[in-house]
Amino acid sequence: MAHPSQLGFQDAASPIMEELLHFHDHALMIVFLISTLVLYIIVAMVTTKLTNKFILDSQEIEIIWTLLPAIILILIALPSLRILYLMDEINDPHLTIKAMGHQWYWSYEYTDYEDLGFDSYMIPTQDLTPGQFRLLETDHRMVIPVESPIRVLVSAEDVLHSWAVPSLGVKMDAVPGRLNQTAFITSRPGVFYGQCSEICGANHSFMPIVVEAVPLEYFENWSFLMLQDA
Amino acid sequence: MLGTDLQNYRTAPFDARFPNQNQTRNCWSNYVDFHRCQKALDAKGVDTAPCEWYRRVYKSLCPMSWVQKWDDQRDEGTFPGKI
Repeated sequence: MAHPSQLGFQDAASPIMEELLHFHDHALMIVFLISTLVLYIIVAMVTTKLTNKFILDSQEIEIIWTLLPAIILILIALPSLRILYLMDEINDPHLTIKAMGHQWYWSYEYTDYEDLGFDSYMIPTQDLTPGQFRLLETDHRMVIPVESPIRVLVSAEDVLHSWAVPSLGVKMDAVPGRLNQTAFITSRPGVFYGQCSEICGANHSFMPIVVEAVPLEYFENWSFLMLQDA
Repeated sequence: MLGTDLQNYRTAPFDARFPNQNQTRNCWSNYVDFHRCQKALDAKGVDTAPCEWYRRVYKSLCPMSWVQKWDDQRDEGTFPGKI
């Protein structure tokens, strides 16, 4: 989850998010280098007493400041495309879950074997127990088996919503009448938080998403218990 | 058909006809195919077991509210697909 005065991304919980994190570090480093160079040049230009009013052309520097940016752009584009194609790989999911956006809660459906469906409402601030996170906790979590490829089909029952979990590197718009597919694998067990990412009315900020990744046996127990409760 | 083993069914496999983000048509096709299959095999008086694959796939992919709505439409005779 996010931390107070956090500057960077949340810790990655999926391989794709790890890649995105590293790419961001790489691209940001290039940005810092260029910015530092430009700032240095500006300061140097502004603080010098030397002048030369007779410069006409200069092949060498023109070549350098054309070639170097082209090379830098390629150095950014190649890792970026690598990740793009990685995200586009054909995966073989073990489980399909439907995340349906409503005003103002998510509902999850696990229908591969039995018809399991439940709503996931935010826990109001006054009902939180010590240690729980304000505006992030829900009464029912989307429980998944850890290290298994999961397919999530996102849609909405009323207006536009968006299902996002930053630590998994996932965001997918929930459009009424449309079934949007996304997939991920959790690298480790844990609880991962997200929030609705498309303005959807008064309580848009109060319909969070909580994904809980557990070992397979726990997942099987949980789904059995959830089916009984339904 | 490769991968159509019902015994080892985990979830709807990758379908090359719907390779992209938008899976709406995937859900719709399998729903319609199941009911067409059922109607056709019933008409012949044959066991409808082969249709089970389509049923499992549409159950995995389609939101329960969509399935409910389409079932109600079929009962009323207002279902937009040709079955």
